[in-house]
Amino acid sequence: MPNLKFCKMKIIKAPYKSWGGIHPRYHKDLAADRALREMPLPELLQISMSQHLGAPAKPVVKKGDSVMQGTLIGEAAGFISANVHSPVSGVVKDVVPAITLTGAMIDSVVIEPDGEDKRVNDLAPLADWQAVAKKDLIARVAAAGVAGMGGAGFPTHVKLSPPPDKTIDTLIINGAECEPYLTADYRLMLESPERVWLGVSILRHILGAKTVRIAIEDNKPEAIRAMEQAMRNADGDVAIVELATEYPQGAEKQQIFAITGREVPSGGLPMDVGAVVENVGTAAAVFDAVFEGMPLIRRITTVTGLPLNAPGNIIAPLGTSYRALIEACGGCADTVKLISGGPMMGIAQAIDTVTTTKTTSGLLALGAPDVSLYESMPCISCGRCVDACPMNLVPSELSQYLEAEDYEGAEELHVMDCIECGCCAFSCPAHRPLVQHMRQGKARVMLKRKKK
Amino acid sequence: MDMLQFILITSGAIALVGVVCGTALAVAARFFAVHEDPRIEKVAEILPGANCGGCGLAGCTEYARAIVVDGAAINLCAPGGNEVIEQIAAFLGREATAAKKMVALVLCGGNDTQAQKRHAYNGVADCTAAQAVNGGDKACTYGCLGYGSCSRICPVAAIEICDGLAKVHPELCISCGACVKVCPRNIIKMVPADAPVHVLCSSHDKGPVVKKMCKVGCIGCTLCTKQVENQAITMDRFLAVVDYSKETPGKAAAEKCPVNCIIAADDSSSDAQPEVLQNENN
Ligand code: SF4
Ligand code: SF4
Ligand code: SF4
Repeated sequence: MPNLKFCKMKIIKAPYKSWGGIHPRYHKDLAADRALREMPLPELLQISMSQHLGAPAKPVVKKGDSVMQGTLIGEAAGFISANVHSPVSGVVKDVVPAITLTGAMIDSVVIEPDGEDKRVNDLAPLADWQAVAKKDLIARVAAAGVAGMGGAGFPTHVKLSPPPDKTIDTLIINGAECEPYLTADYRLMLESPERVWLGVSILRHILGAKTVRIAIEDNKPEAIRAMEQAMRNADGDVAIVELATEYPQGAEKQQIFAITGREVPSGGLPMDVGAVVENVGTAAAVFDAVFEGMPLIRRITTVTGLPLNAPGNIIAPLGTSYRALIEACGGCADTVKLISGGPMMGIAQAIDTVTTTKTTSGLLALGAPDVSLYESMPCISCGRCVDACPMNLVPSELSQYLEAEDYEGAEELHVMDCIECGCCAFSCPAHRPLVQHMRQGKARVMLKRKKK
Repeated sequence: MDMLQFILITSGAIALVGVVCGTALAVAARFFAVHEDPRIEKVAEILPGANCGGCGLAGCTEYARAIVVDGAAINLCAPGGNEVIEQIAAFLGREATAAKKMVALVLCGGNDTQAQKRHAYNGVADCTAAQAVNGGDKACTYGCLGYGSCSRICPVAAIEICDGLAKVHPELCISCGACVKVCPRNIIKMVPADAPVHVLCSSHDKGPVVKKMCKVGCIGCTLCTKQVENQAITMDRFLAVVDYSKETPGKAAAEKCPVNCIIAADDSSSDAQPEVLQNENN
């Protein structure tokens, strides 16, 4: 064992192996080598007030207002909510309810960009962040509207304010990007590793975490090298963890187990085992918010899929329509299915006028050869789903309970612990819609708990 | 020790254990007995035994206990109707108070012929499941999905799915409220069974948006509100809403509605109206 003090940057293998998991075809080659690029400004941006998990923000602009890049247009409604800012300078055309990527109708601010990108400096850069009080740093992260950029969009300031009885000793930075097709985090680590690392340093400072682990799957050696280079002068217990390439290594609970061996209790949160997991994109956004006083107004979206003429990793302002993104990638041949996010956990879209949010890590177009229509058959009790489930559930039995609408039975079998990763349905030879059953079960159990 | 002796001793020992335990149990039963009010059982017998939970308690016995022990109101059992109220009132010597018969109503009129679909859906045939896939396959984000979660949970099969739209048969509804809770779109409401007018739409979208998606959706034109003087129909974010606590008007509002999303009671539904128990004061 080399002494930590003299070791420049440790790269370690994940010491534990979480349950289950699958190995889908990754298709990352489609966009992995496409450098990040900005797209031409769309004619209209439609910015949803529900960019994050929690209560939608409250619009604070009205039709006819002129806004600048960084103007607050939606105010966080409560603690678990996040501010929304204008990504461009321009004029507010309307504030209307519009369909979001989850299919819900949510108030959205429609802005016509003037193309000048005049910026408002509401948030002063805090280059000397080490001297700033932690609570002011958290307030800055909240003011900038930073939300988890891995997919769930949990407001970051909430994660950074654990209750006083919980000590956080481990900060895990998630660069696993285990979803097939997606390469947004990969490109970010490759092209701006310094931003990521500085963001991580700020997060570590706020949380007071002793141990920092950057988790990257071993199919991304270039990203590991780039991060290693950026972190060469890091001090303390900092290391890059090379995770085995497997889906879902990017899932929070699986990652915590693989790295620390701690199991998040059923119904619990990572902070219950002293860990916080943040996505690499979130770290970069925290850097922008603190160092440059730049709110979260754009993100990297991997636009990919075989029907696309030129897949790529696009830096798009929030509120860009999927249609505009596809056009920016050279248009596409006949797509039969459009998915917001990756193929495993993304949400299939009915219309392409839906716009990007802080959580849109990818846009995947699938052509006819990629998509098949299955008929669900009775379970043959092969047990493949049981082997695949990373949460150690028994999806086959659960799905039969749920088909019979026995929600109490399903609750006893811990349906609420399902992370909706899709490993079970992926493995099922009988093509049972297992994840859908789980989601239905979770919704119904939630309903029951709420009504009590 | 010969075999016989062995058998005798063993059976003797077992008999002794039996006697001791039996006595102990008898003594315990005497000293620790819980005396329950015998009226609870009687009231439970009067209740219909549907265990539907409509009264807000876990089953009929619990409700009987609540009536006898906690003095809960005796008119909460919807399936029992007025007969049960009268019987309990007579048995306990309490006053029979009027129960207004409420029935469930699906506030949507857009069936598969009238309302557009947003996308194809071939997943689990359940409304909660359909709602979880991009917010449901109906173009209107407020309307009935038609996968029958409500109809399956109804204990008396009072809800039918016709052409992709749930419809409650008011004469069968026992007002347990199970469907109201389960509907992921929150469009089933309990309404007075004798209310003459209903607006069968839940969409708060603006008129032009509604028009594109559904032929019978409320477009927020406000014509119906002008037919009533007592504000029994008001506008709430581009949707006409009936205030059932007020005297509701007859057919005039329904006839004025340009999209026909208001229904008014006609003669055929009058036999479905319940006889309402007389109030105490007469
Ligand atoms: S979707 Fe749920 S049940 Fe299926 S494998 Fe993932 S965690 Fe297990
Ligand atoms: S994989 Fe499918 S068929 Fe096999 S046990 Fe699971 S549900 Fe049943
Ligand atoms: S009323 Fe609600 S629960 Fe019933 S079929 Fe329609 S959407 Fe489903």
